[in-house]
Amino acid sequence: MFILHINPLATSLFSMLAIISLILSFVMLGSHWLKNHIYAFALESWTIAGLSAAVGYFGHYPELYVIAILTALFRGSLLPYLILRLADRLHLEREFTAFLKPSSSLVLGTILVIIAFVVGRRIGHSLHTADTIIVLALTCMLSLKLIGFLMMILRSEAISHILGLLVIENGIFLGSQILVPGMPLLLELVILFDLLIIVLTFGMLMRYLQLHAGTTSSRYLQKLVG
Amino acid sequence: MGALILCLWLVPVLAISLILLIGRPRFAEYLNLAAASATLVASLALILTAPHRKIVLADHFLLLTPLGLWIVLCVAIVYALASLYAIGYMRLLTDEARRLPGFYALLCGFALTMFIAPFMNNPGIYWIAIDLTTIVSAFLVGFEREAESAEAAWKYIIIVSAGLSLALLGIVFFYWAGTLQLGPVYSMTWGHLRSIAALSPKPLLLLAFLLTLVGFGTKVGLAPMHTWLPDAHSEGPAPVSAMLSGALLNTAMLGIVRFLGILKAGGAALEGQTALVVLGALSLVIAGLFIVRQTGAKRLMAYSSVEHMGIVALGFGFGGILGIAGAMYHMLNHALNKSLMFFGAGNMMRAYRSKDMRMMRRVLKFYPVTGIIWLLGAVAITGAPPFGLFQSEIAILRAGMASPNIWAVAVMVLLLIVIFIGFLQHFRQMVFGAGPVNDHRPDMRLSPWMTVPMWLTLIPLTVLGLWWPPFLWHFFVQAAQVTR
Repeated sequence: MFILHINPLATSLFSMLAIISLILSFVMLGSHWLKNHIYAFALESWTIAGLSAAVGYFGHYPELYVIAILTALFRGSLLPYLILRLADRLHLEREFTAFLKPSSSLVLGTILVIIAFVVGRRIGHSLHTADTIIVLALTCMLSLKLIGFLMMILRSEAISHILGLLVIENGIFLGSQILVPGMPLLLELVILFDLLIIVLTFGMLMRYLQLHAGTTSSRYLQKLVG
Repeated sequence: MGALILCLWLVPVLAISLILLIGRPRFAEYLNLAAASATLVASLALILTAPHRKIVLADHFLLLTPLGLWIVLCVAIVYALASLYAIGYMRLLTDEARRLPGFYALLCGFALTMFIAPFMNNPGIYWIAIDLTTIVSAFLVGFEREAESAEAAWKYIIIVSAGLSLALLGIVFFYWAGTLQLGPVYSMTWGHLRSIAALSPKPLLLLAFLLTLVGFGTKVGLAPMHTWLPDAHSEGPAPVSAMLSGALLNTAMLGIVRFLGILKAGGAALEGQTALVVLGALSLVIAGLFIVRQTGAKRLMAYSSVEHMGIVALGFGFGGILGIAGAMYHMLNHALNKSLMFFGAGNMMRAYRSKDMRMMRRVLKFYPVTGIIWLLGAVAITGAPPFGLFQSEIAILRAGMASPNIWAVAVMVLLLIVIFIGFLQHFRQMVFGAGPVNDHRPDMRLSPWMTVPMWLTLIPLTVLGLWWPPFLWHFFVQAAQVTR
């Protein structure tokens, strides 16, 4: 694993970027304004793009620069723009139907981070390495994953669900930059592209929902049960 | 072989382009049927000519395994049947006549994604192919553009995408386990992941497997991740329901089986198999509970799909030659039988103008032939002899007796009985129960397009129940040896 052989300055830079992404996911968790959400998501994507570039520079993986640029363009700019446009068209400003108050969601999020840390430490332990960056990467990756799921559970607006899913995907991307920077380029490119298609599909389906079901909140989508 | 695979992919591509280019409904439906027949022939030829072992083609890009080919054959069979049935069924949706070419293009595209996935030698690309099946089929589920179908399509895509993201994380972890031995960059293939498994740390492998199990399990419809399935299956048009149930679920099951193979190579077979058996047994429990108290005809069939995917999961979870052979046989039998059930449900739904089984009364009086086939199909799907599912379920039960998870055999037997009673109780009321409510009499004549596909499923189903062909048994044995 290359990460064991690079200088401490680089590892601390990676750690900082990973932690910034984690904090940004808490910003999303703590705010009910959709615009804040989308901006925090965009910023998180840019942070991850920075991480890709840093890993590419210190680990000598030139192809990661391509990934960094694409991440910034797709995840950091295009996706937030598409979602903003969607929110504007549907006249959505904030999540009205959240199940919990922001403060309680934050507490739940913290508990999830602790769970992620326990799992990360267990895995790090099984690899017989004392390196903290691996545990940190695993913790951030799993935390973003769990927080994304938490956002999807606690909120009922369709846009919040999309954002939750994107946070989950960001978590996977963040972790894989540190753990498996050599993961085949083609795969990462296709996944980026796939994400774009998914968001476009979501956009179309949301308009169907608005048109035919008259709502985009899962709280009022109660026709299909049992 | 390469030519046949290419044919399997290019025929649908060609059909989609022609359908969209010409844009005439009649032309679209026949062209789609022609494409379906061509792919059925190609997949049959492929399974007959390909040697029954693992083959890697096209610079390690394609992987042919007996199980993969078997699933492709199941997809092709269901696609052909659904295309035939769709001609009659979709003509009834007079409001949507203008959008029919779009429907057939999507149907063909849906089949195409399912023809691609089983051949992918790279687990990541396999994941993407499965993701594409979701996107294409979400539009098919929401095709009728009513409140319910929009809701079902939304639920489908959001739950399955979230589930699949877990599978992606699992794949990243598998790849990471490989970097510990093969260095930071190596090509991600099923074979590589398998070869490094023995030396990888067990907790990491287990975590990775559980993530992929939950992820692809969502797509397979294993409980408790099944919540999208009854909605998507019941709200899409009937041919789409048949494709989702008979073809798509098997395609996703392939991923679970392959990751289980990696885990076995890593020496954690028991944990992996037990996890799969637990999910399978849980699916049976959930399906049993919902089948007993169901009112929607298509929802009943959807929960039955949860049940049968649970049984297939149990088969692969029990393992051994008998378990894998039983599960593979069950895949084909279920694909045939569930198509029959959805075609029948679609016919009755249109005839009685309701999805509710309480409105469908005296089925045999109004539709003697179709009603009888549907009723026989219901007997078959509950696992009663002399139909195919009986054979495969017995094989899986026998495999369970020899496995360490013998408790699951008891659960399976008990729930099969519950489901048998619950399922046939609904049919008893539809056939022999009180007369139609408010004199709700069906007067629609069913076209041969809608009844012939039912015959085409019932006949092979009966043959497969009376006679488990020895060549199929040999094929399954070889598949089990490759899979193990």
